[in-house]
Amino acid sequence: MSILITPTTKILVQGITGAFGGKHAQLSLDYGTQVVAGVTPGKGGQFFEHAGHKVPIFNSVHEAAAATGATVSVIFVPPPFAGDAILECVDAGLDLAVCITEGIPIKDMIRVKRAITGKKTRLIGPNCPGLVTPGTGEGSKGGCRIGIAPGYIHKKGHVGIVSRSGTLTYEAVFQITSKGLGQSTSVGIGGDPVNGTSHLDVIKLFNEDPDTHAIILIGEIGGNAEVEAARWIKANCKKPVAGFIAGATAPAGRRMGHAGAIVGGAEDTAEAKIAVFKECGIEVAATPSDMADALLRAAKAKGVTLS
Amino acid sequence: MNIHEYQAKALFEKFGVPVPKGAAAKSAAEFDSALALLPEGPTMVKSQIHAGGRGKGTFTDGFKGGVKFCKTKADAKEMGGKMMNNTLVTIQTGPAGRKVQTVYFTAASDIKKEYYLAILLDRASSKPVIVASTEGGVEIETVAHNTPEKITKVLIDPAFGIADFQLRQLIAALALAGPEAKNAAKLIKNLYTMFWETDAAMVEVNPLITTPAGDVLALDAKVSFDSNALYRHPEIVALRDLNEEDPKEIEASKYDLAYIALDGNIACLVNGAGLAMSTMDIIKHYGGNPANFLDVGGGASKEKVVAAFKIILGDANVKGIFVNIFGGIMDCNVIAEGIVEAVKEVGLKLPLVVRLEGNNVAKGKQTLNQSGLALVSGDTMADAAQKIVKLVA
Repeated sequence: MSILITPTTKILVQGITGAFGGKHAQLSLDYGTQVVAGVTPGKGGQFFEHAGHKVPIFNSVHEAAAATGATVSVIFVPPPFAGDAILECVDAGLDLAVCITEGIPIKDMIRVKRAITGKKTRLIGPNCPGLVTPGTGEGSKGGCRIGIAPGYIHKKGHVGIVSRSGTLTYEAVFQITSKGLGQSTSVGIGGDPVNGTSHLDVIKLFNEDPDTHAIILIGEIGGNAEVEAARWIKANCKKPVAGFIAGATAPAGRRMGHAGAIVGGAEDTAEAKIAVFKECGIEVAATPSDMADALLRAAKAKGVTLS
Repeated sequence: MNIHEYQAKALFEKFGVPVPKGAAAKSAAEFDSALALLPEGPTMVKSQIHAGGRGKGTFTDGFKGGVKFCKTKADAKEMGGKMMNNTLVTIQTGPAGRKVQTVYFTAASDIKKEYYLAILLDRASSKPVIVASTEGGVEIETVAHNTPEKITKVLIDPAFGIADFQLRQLIAALALAGPEAKNAAKLIKNLYTMFWETDAAMVEVNPLITTPAGDVLALDAKVSFDSNALYRHPEIVALRDLNEEDPKEIEASKYDLAYIALDGNIACLVNGAGLAMSTMDIIKHYGGNPANFLDVGGGASKEKVVAAFKIILGDANVKGIFVNIFGGIMDCNVIAEGIVEAVKEVGLKLPLVVRLEGNNVAKGKQTLNQSGLALVSGDTMADAAQKIVKLVA
C-alpha cells in the first residue's frame, strides 16, 4: 500500500492547457499515472493529447469528476486564481486537492483555509512539489505521480518521506533509491506559511500505513510544525524516524519589527527544532547528504531491517 | 516588502488611525517647507531607514541617535542636517549601516503611557493575530520572555473580521477606560481594516500612546506587505524604496532569482530554496562560510545561470563558488552549458566546484569535462562542500 494515492487513483488537472500544467500532465501520463481529465474554464469539450492519450477537458471540476470518476485534482492555476481553484475542488467533494502554484497571496490562503476546515477534501500545498507513490516498472513507472517531482528517481519500497521543500525531497528520495531501498509515498507539503496538510498529518498517515516501515521527516526554520510532529512521534510512533532541518545558517532575517519573534515562539530556529528532534528519539541527519544514512541508523537502533 | 515610517503613517491616516502631525523631507532644502507644516514647539526628528533600533543607533561619523527630541523647530532643522545623508548603524543594519535619505519631522506628543500593538499572521492557526501589551516603548521580545502574562494575543476569524467582544478583550488587557478606551477601540478596528485591506504581512506600533487629553496615537509605525499580493496594490508598489535594497538583490530580482547577500566567502548557486538553504548549512558544517543564498528556481535557463554568475561575482568577498544542482525535471546539461558560457563570459579565476545530479546528468558532466574549464566535480553534496571549503581555505 501507500498513503493518499495509489497507482489506480484517477487524477484531474486544473490548468492542463497552460504550459507548466501541460508539461507535467505529459510527464505523469508517461509515468503511467491515471490522468483522466483536464479542467480549463471555457475550453470544455476539447482534448489534451499526448503520446496516444486523449484526455478530455471540462469547464468545471464538478463536470470532470462526474464524467470521469476523478477523486484527486492537481492545480497548476496562476496565483490570483488558485485559491478559487482549491475551493472548487472542495465544493465538488474531491478526496484530495494538490496545489502546486507558487506565489498565492497569504490572505487568499487564510480565507481558503477557513473555508475548507471541516470539509471532506484534503489540501496538500500550495507551493509544493506534490506527491509520488512509485510503481513497479522501469524507473518506478506504473506509479502515481501528482505534481512536478521527477518520477525516475523513485523506487517502490517502504520508506515514507515528508518535506516542505521540493529539491530536498528529491535529494532524500534519490539517496534512499541509491541505497537500493524505496519509497511507499513521498509527500511535499509546501513551504508557504499557510498550507493545507501539515507534517503531523502526513506522519499520522505513515504511522498507520502497514507498508511504510520507516519515515524521513524534513523540515525548515520557521513555524512550529516540525516540533508538533516530533512530539507526536515520541508519544505515538514506533517506526524508525530520521529528520533533517534546513536553515541552520540562514540569517535571522532583515525583518523590521519584532512581532514575528514573539508569535513564532522560541522553537522556530533550526537549533531548537534539532534539539526537539533529538529529545523525541528522531535520528538527526548532520547534513543533507546524511539523510538516508541517518534513517539506516534509526532503523538499526530499533532493530528494524529495511528492504 | 517594507516601507518607511512616514509612508506607513500616511497609510494609517488614510485608514483612520491617528498619528502625530508629521512631514518628511528628502533633502536639506526641503526642511523649511516640511517644518512649516508643523506647529511651533517641541519636535521629533526621525531618520527614515528600513531597520529597527534607530533611536539607539550611531552614525558613522560618531553622532549618536537616529531619533531625536528637539525643543524648537529651529533645533529640529539643525538636527535634521546632522542626519541627512549620514549613515546610521543600528542593531538591525549590520556594520555597514544605511544612508539616511529621508528625514521625518513630527510634532512631539505629551505621553501619558506607552503600549504595544501589532497585527500579523499566526502560523499555527492560519489566522491573523492581534498582539497587545501594556509594556510599550521597550523591546517586546524581552517582555515576552520575562513577563509573558503582560502580552495578550487575540486570533481573528478571517470570515468575520474583528468582533466587538474581541475589541473589549483587548481594551481590558490594556486597562483602558473612558475616552481612551473608546479611542483605542476605534484605532485597533481601523488598524485591522488596514492590515486586511492592504495585504499587510505585519503592522507593528511601538509605542502606541495615550495623552493627558485622552487621545490615543500611533507614535511609531512598522509595516511590511506580502510580496505575493503586490500585484493587486499598485499604490503600495509605488512606495518601494530601492535605496533600501541591496543592488545585487535588485539585479537578481530582474532575472527572477532569489538572492540574499551574506558575509562569507563561498558563493552558492543552487536550485530550490530548501536545497539552497541546506547548501549554506553544509558549507558551514565543514568549516566554510557561505557568501550568499541563491535559488535559480525550477526552470533555470542558460541566461539565468549566466546572470546568477555575474551577480555572485559582483561580491568582492567571494573566494570560491559552489554550484549545487539537483535537476529533477530541469535538464542538467542546460545547467552545464550555462556554467560553461558564464565562466567564459566573466573570465572566472576563482575555484569552482560543481555537483550535478538528476535528469540527463551524464551529458551535463560530459559538457563540463569537455569544456576545458578548471572546475572540480563533486559526487555528493558532502563531497563537493568539503572540496570547496578546502579550496578557499
